[in-house]
Amino acid sequence: MLPVAYYVGLSAILFTIGALGVLIRRNSIVIFMSVELMLNAANLAFVAFARAYEAISGQIFVFFVMTVAAAEVAVGLALIVAIFNTKQSIDVDQMNSMKG
Amino acid sequence: MSTDLVIFFLLASLAVVTALAMLFSSNAVYAALFLILNFATVAVFYLLLSAPFIALAQVTVYAGAIMVLFLFVIMLLGAERTGRTPSIWWLQPLALGLGLVLLVEALYFVFSQRGALPTGGTPSAAFGGPTMIGATLFNQYLLPFEVTSILLLTAMIGAIVLSRRKT
Repeated sequence: MLPVAYYVGLSAILFTIGALGVLIRRNSIVIFMSVELMLNAANLAFVAFARAYEAISGQIFVFFVMTVAAAEVAVGLALIVAIFNTKQSIDVDQMNSMKG
Repeated sequence: MSTDLVIFFLLASLAVVTALAMLFSSNAVYAALFLILNFATVAVFYLLLSAPFIALAQVTVYAGAIMVLFLFVIMLLGAERTGRTPSIWWLQPLALGLGLVLLVEALYFVFSQRGALPTGGTPSAAFGGPTMIGATLFNQYLLPFEVTSILLLTAMIGAIVLSRRKT
């Protein structure tokens, strides 16, 4: 196996790209996809450490993270559709008022 | 060892390039497709790290179900192109600077601690297979598994309530 630092380094790079996506992009669907990328980077670090320590619990935790991500996407995309129906836009700069 | 290194760097560069392409593509459909490619690359990493069950769950759940949901919503709203002009002009340079700081910090931390990290032996052939995952999940982690089912039920009810037509 390669040193676990390589995998954790790649995970850090992917996480940074996801964080940049959240900060830079204005399209809320792309922001959502960047959050998924960050979750995925964390999963990669979990699996790498599970392999290095030979502990299966790391992979179980990845399983739970996937479940939470699926639930989050279902609710989040429903929210985006509801916002689009009222404002005709999914630009996060337009979302500056509540109940409107 | 060197073939491992070559495979790692090929796959790592593919993952980073697809992630950057997702970040910079102006069309949301292309961004979703690049993200699917990125997830598939990470699934190959999971296979290399002897996690075959997680790799296949990644392909079916992430690259399959979740990204199909994304594409469905993008095409439903017809919102694949949106303006990329942020209303605050200093937002992008600030984000790039902070992202660079985060990256340098994380990489410095990882590679300065690399001596303390374990190298990892050769695990048994059953490690990460469905048998081992299932046995651990239903013995040691039974309660979190049941809580997960309640979480999914709540998310389903929430999505239905949010997308219901107001009468």
